[in-house]
Amino acid sequence: MIRFDNVTKIYPKQNRPALRDVSLDIERGEFVFLVGSSGSGKSTFLRLMLREERATHGQVHVLGKDLNRLSNWKVPQMRRQLGTVFQDFRLLPNKTVGENVAFALEVIGKPRGQIRKTVPEVLDLVGLAGKQDRMPGELSGGEQQRVAVARAFVNRPMLLIADEPTGNLDPQTSVGIMKLLDRINRTGTTVIMATHDQQIVDQMRRRVIELEKGLLVRDQSRGVYGYQH
Amino acid sequence: MRAQFIFSEIGVGLRRNLTMTFAVVVSVALSLALFGSALLLNKQVDVMKGYWYDKVNVSIFFCNKADQETSKNCGKGAVTKQQKDVIKADLDKMPLVETVTYESSQEAYKHYKEQFGDSLLASSLTPDQMQESYRIKLTDPTKYEVVASAFADRPGVQEVQDQRNLLKNLFELLRNLNFAAVFIMALMLVVALMLIVNTVRVSAFSRRRETGIMRLVGASSLYIQVPFIMEAAVAGLLGAGLACVLLVAGRYFMIDNGMNLAEKLPLINFIGWDQVIRVLPLVLAVGLLMPAVAAFVALRKYLKV
Repeated sequence: MIRFDNVTKIYPKQNRPALRDVSLDIERGEFVFLVGSSGSGKSTFLRLMLREERATHGQVHVLGKDLNRLSNWKVPQMRRQLGTVFQDFRLLPNKTVGENVAFALEVIGKPRGQIRKTVPEVLDLVGLAGKQDRMPGELSGGEQQRVAVARAFVNRPMLLIADEPTGNLDPQTSVGIMKLLDRINRTGTTVIMATHDQQIVDQMRRRVIELEKGLLVRDQSRGVYGYQH
Repeated sequence: MRAQFIFSEIGVGLRRNLTMTFAVVVSVALSLALFGSALLLNKQVDVMKGYWYDKVNVSIFFCNKADQETSKNCGKGAVTKQQKDVIKADLDKMPLVETVTYESSQEAYKHYKEQFGDSLLASSLTPDQMQESYRIKLTDPTKYEVVASAFADRPGVQEVQDQRNLLKNLFELLRNLNFAAVFIMALMLVVALMLIVNTVRVSAFSRRRETGIMRLVGASSLYIQVPFIMEAAVAGLLGAGLACVLLVAGRYFMIDNGMNLAEKLPLINFIGWDQVIRVLPLVLAVGLLMPAVAAFVALRKYLKV
């Protein structure tokens, strides 16, 4: 599903690599937490998977494709097979909830009939049935993140990448979002989530990958947030 | 790709940047109007040059029957075959002369008709009113005087004419006008292109949220770029349309009405509507494509895809 082979990423004009010689495998259907302090390389790790950046050395394979060799015009096709969720939701404020989700399908040219059928289904799945015509501004943070998850999942991606999806939410709301991501994971979608939320990582007991100053320092199959000494 | 989606995006983009769009439309209109004027000035020069202008340097016109009263050189009546043969033989002997072509009055009539068409003057003319002539090409065009002094006083010769001098000043003026038009056009074009680049930049910035999301969900780069490019193309097309109106109005007010040059300068043959209309599609095409290409180039820089 995902393989990093000795991946090093050095940004231009910076001496210290953002990622240093990272190698790992993530299998289909896994749920993986990516932890580490700010500047540890989590974001770079995610950006490499999304092909927003290219590795300086080494190879990144996502969904069976070598991203270093993937030509630019094939990148959109690749991104359609993965969903992304961010801390700041990234919804369009002037579109309704339904339109925000539909937008993801519109811009990849899905037929209108299919959009009209799929959007309510996926909103129902994330627990926002009946809120299709509300504006994002009228919703709570947790609900807005559910819209973002719905948009990420509406394509039924093989892989869902979440960058601190609970970073802006209170603990109780976060639990709701995690339950949703867990449910999506159970449908067979691989989920990779970067987070600072210790409680959630400790509760879920899933695979934890920890980065520190660009190095892979821990990879536990049923891990917790911090080291236990 | 869904047309309706794209068109609504274009409308939103153009309205959001109304002042900038207006500036683009006006600058494109002015530069294209100048572009069209330059083309038309060139055509005007072509039309005025007539059949012989680029082919010969000197023309020796012979007397015809009608000249007997009107021209003092032709007191002895129309030119005879013998007189022409002597001149031809002398011309052939001159090393300065490259070629000599004989134009009969029939041919002269034909060329005149071609140039002036159905103007008032041309329709009252008959073939035997036209003069026979030798059209001479010189090895050195500046040595016109040699031919003029040698043949001007020959019997049967009505006039020796330096073909180029005739319209030289006028053509120089037109050429300078043309240069000025092209220069200002180039300047306006640069302004227009810079405005388009800036419009695209502002547009891309104000829509970075949408385009960012489009990128994430896997919209193709073409799909993301097309609304921006179409926006520039629509503004350019509006400008080109305005330029076409300016050109048509210019032809109308300068030649037909207003300044009414056609009546004031009856001896000059002006470009017709067909030539103006033939320029318009070119103006429209340039107005459509140039901003689109400029926007495309600007997007490389300002829109990450």
